[in-house]
Amino acid sequence: MSIISLIIKREFFAKVRNKSFIVMTFLSPLLFVGIAVFVGYLSSMKADVKRVAIHDETGLFASEFIAQNSEDNAYKYLDLSQIDSQYLKDSITNNGYEGVLLIPKTTDVHDLESKIEFISNSSPSISFIENAQDIIARKLTKINLENAHLDTLAIKKAQANVNIYIAKTSGEEGLKGLNEAKIAIGGAFGYLIMMFIIIYGNMVMRSVIEEKTNRIVEIIISSVKPFQLMIGKIIGTSLAGILQFTIWVIIGLSLMLAASVFFGVNVGPAASMSPALVEHTQTEFAGTAQLFIKELWNLPIASILIGFIVYFIGGYFLYSSFYAAIGAAVDNQTDSQQFLLPVIMPLMLSVYVGFFSVVNDPNSTIAVAFSMFPLTSPIVMLMRIPFGVPLWQIAISITLLFGTFLLVVWFAAKIYRVGILMYGKKPSWKELYKWLKY
Amino acid sequence: MTPPKKKIQKISMNTLLEVNKIVKQYGDYVALNEVSLSVPKGSIYGLLGPNGAGKTSLIRIINQITMPDSGQVILDGEKLQPKHVQYIGYLPEERGLYQSMKVGEQCLYLAQMKGLSKAEAKKQLDYWFDRLEIQGWWNKKIQELSKGMAQKIQFVVCVLHKPKLLIFDEPFSGFDPVNANIIKDEILALKEQGSTIIFSTHRMESVEELCDHIALIHKSNKLIEGKLEDVKRQHKTNSFEVGILTDNVEGLMYDLTQKFTISPAHFKSLNQELKLEIQLGNAVPNELLNILTQRGQVTHFVEKIPTVNDIFIQTVTK
Repeated sequence: MSIISLIIKREFFAKVRNKSFIVMTFLSPLLFVGIAVFVGYLSSMKADVKRVAIHDETGLFASEFIAQNSEDNAYKYLDLSQIDSQYLKDSITNNGYEGVLLIPKTTDVHDLESKIEFISNSSPSISFIENAQDIIARKLTKINLENAHLDTLAIKKAQANVNIYIAKTSGEEGLKGLNEAKIAIGGAFGYLIMMFIIIYGNMVMRSVIEEKTNRIVEIIISSVKPFQLMIGKIIGTSLAGILQFTIWVIIGLSLMLAASVFFGVNVGPAASMSPALVEHTQTEFAGTAQLFIKELWNLPIASILIGFIVYFIGGYFLYSSFYAAIGAAVDNQTDSQQFLLPVIMPLMLSVYVGFFSVVNDPNSTIAVAFSMFPLTSPIVMLMRIPFGVPLWQIAISITLLFGTFLLVVWFAAKIYRVGILMYGKKPSWKELYKWLKY
Repeated sequence: MTPPKKKIQKISMNTLLEVNKIVKQYGDYVALNEVSLSVPKGSIYGLLGPNGAGKTSLIRIINQITMPDSGQVILDGEKLQPKHVQYIGYLPEERGLYQSMKVGEQCLYLAQMKGLSKAEAKKQLDYWFDRLEIQGWWNKKIQELSKGMAQKIQFVVCVLHKPKLLIFDEPFSGFDPVNANIIKDEILALKEQGSTIIFSTHRMESVEELCDHIALIHKSNKLIEGKLEDVKRQHKTNSFEVGILTDNVEGLMYDLTQKFTISPAHFKSLNQELKLEIQLGNAVPNELLNILTQRGQVTHFVEKIPTVNDIFIQTVTK
């Protein structure tokens, strides 16, 4: 044990004192916050208002478009139905129009559905076209209904809007929005694990190759067992990674806070919401906010956090041990590239399984199976925990996870010893059994 | 179960390391074929053999880096087991240290891995750094040192934990003559202090100088083992180098060829004498001397003792 802690200490300090590690520890949050501030600044800038000429020969739609004009709308509609359409088309560039919307006069209103044109120099945005189609379709529907002598008001009244009230057997009030919150929490934690593995898994691999490139293997292996070396390397490197990650989060958050105070820029998701939408959500939120927060507190916060820590450690250890096995099998880093894909694949798989099947039904067979399977359990189980998971499932899942971790480390240690010293000897079953005892 | 144990204890009286019918195969290739050695306590034991003979395989087995397919190793009366790494110091042929780690830290780390406490390791390091006059290197990184300097550090790492058994694989390669001499003196000093040393090398002159026991491994088999003098005695051919000043060369030659086989010899001398190598066969040296003194003035009379180099080449090419 003391030997392992010795190795852990060395690996940790070897990583932490590395110049590039120190530089990246302090540079990365700056870069990250810099980009966030830049994006926030860009999205808070007012875009130039684009002018769109409407040539409406029917006289039915121009007023609908004009009604859309407001301060916040990026498009300003101009009713130019009086001006010759050909002249308008020719003068798009000269007058600086974004484009011209041509609505011809037809004998039958139904013909309009396919006769309207939008002419512009550059291709228009999809949202603009959809918006225009929407406006015209609404007006046309209204006209059609009137032509058929149907009461539009009565039809509107007849449309039903269903909202199922969700409650638990325990009698507590429930909220539909909460499911999304649970998914968000589980998803965020799962995503964090994946990011961490991708960023720091490589570090373990490099660290395992280190002895070979420094030609110190024989000295080390004549002092310690490869298993101890592997465990020590994985834990030491993980600690360095966790330290760096924590520093990133702390620096990142404080810089973010400082940036939003000094520049007055909205950096969060609120930046992308239009003021009207924000107002709308706020009024809707006010009523349910209290209930929402109360319900959030009723979530198994303790088990979510403990689950996060356990699965974070377990998941990272397991994947690190795969990286360690790759490091043990190759002599230098360039040889390792081809092995990396099979390691990343199950990670991706678990994120997809998480978002598709857990979201659909947290207790479906697929979700349960993948939350047991050690390669996917760290992410999938974390997504399930907010919805409540039976204890026995968690117990099995954690046992499998750490058991597999130890098994893979053991396997990596074998590869390591054989990889250095066997020189292409094909292992027989008898020998495999011997290694087992060694 | 008791008799074999007794046997082991009997061996351990003056044998530190007993290698017993070790077999090691790599695929179809047999690297060691039932090799047995016994290394006496306090000896410098030369492990000789051409490239690929199996020396390094054997050394790795003793260091528990690999396992033998069959056979056993007994260290100080006990079957080799993981705790024994503390009793062995190993200087591998392939040298290397953590490049970006500082000298002092690295030595402390490696010493602690061999079971020393930090304080004890520090004490030993101070002693060795003083002794080799390298105190100023403590805070340097290995990558800042020259190859020879790094090798000195590696030597220190190898002997730091006062191992009972030291294994040096080509210890002098990479050292300049001055430093090679320093290391040689240190090896002799360690022997004086009671360490047993296994010494694997191709440099026969250093074997001649240092070793008191040798073993020769060739093509996976042990061919020769024993005390250096005994081995030499076994390999001597009972021939003498003779220098003689005489007027009657024909008469002398006639007398000699009657009894012995003669061939010309080459050695340095101040006189223009006749130089001969004479194979005595079953005769004793005095018979030869009698003939020589009757015929002229003897200036040179030396028994030809084979060098380790001779024995090595003779055995390997046979």
